[in-house]
Amino acid sequence: MAARLKLTGQVLAVALVAGLLALLIWKVAHGSGKTAEPKNFNLSRVGTPGKLELASLRGKVVVLNFWASWCIPCKDEAPYLEQVWLDRRAEGVVVLGVDAKDFRSDARGFAGRYDLTYPLAYDGPGATLPSYGVTGFPETYVLDRQGRVVEAFVGSIDSSQEHVRLREAIDRALRS
Amino acid sequence: VKLAASLAMLVALVWAAAAAGPAVGAQGRPSAAQLESELVCPVCETTLDQSDSPIAERMKAFIRARIAAGDSAKQIEDKLVAQFGPGVLATPSKSGFGLLAWRVLDPELERRVDEELARFEG
Repeated sequence: MAARLKLTGQVLAVALVAGLLALLIWKVAHGSGKTAEPKNFNLSRVGTPGKLELASLRGKVVVLNFWASWCIPCKDEAPYLEQVWLDRRAEGVVVLGVDAKDFRSDARGFAGRYDLTYPLAYDGPGATLPSYGVTGFPETYVLDRQGRVVEAFVGSIDSSQEHVRLREAIDRALRS
Repeated sequence: VKLAASLAMLVALVWAAAAAGPAVGAQGRPSAAQLESELVCPVCETTLDQSDSPIAERMKAFIRARIAAGDSAKQIEDKLVAQFGPGVLATPSKSGFGLLAWRVLDPELERRVDEELARFEG
């Protein structure tokens, strides 16, 4: 009888461990959503009512900039990104800022302070970051008309060298 | 000896329950220090009291401002969860996947936390 109880206990313990392992695998596979391919997102807008879905910009070249109001290098590059938006929107280029890990009100304040007119979306929890492999702010991705990443910038686009690199990436994406 | 051991255990349990209690200060107001030890910086993923990152400092300022405005600890936590998601809570939530952690880890702890929360919210 005691041996049977012991065996039952062992089976239950193994089943529990297996169950927890399965849950862990499920959580890792579905929880972080980290993939090599950029994912679509549908986020609320900053300073404007409504939502903004990345897929709605298919057919345009998107300069996707991940930023936060507390990020100092983001302040350095914001005026340049605004200039890119103003200069190239007529060609079918959209600069899209995604504010992450931030207070929404701070994002609004940042946009007002730097007179940003390009579309801004809010992702407080940072749910979009893993699918782009974003590990810090700012990071910028140039997506071609099919939504494929053609260039990535880790850190601020604030030097003439980086400006040229962004311009060339946009040109390449427009030709695709 | 048994009585002394039981008393010691009881004292330890009461002390632990008090230490793990709600983030309420002596005046009945939420305690900033307690909240900062219970909420996680979304960038560095340590508790706020362990971080001096810009967003952690901003969140600490928010907590102090909300305490001054008269918010309860729960209201402050809810507001931060609304901005940053449930990941800002250092302990798992008591719903969805987070609930499983409470169920699997320690039903006794769950019962004690329920009691603490009921006392806190009541």
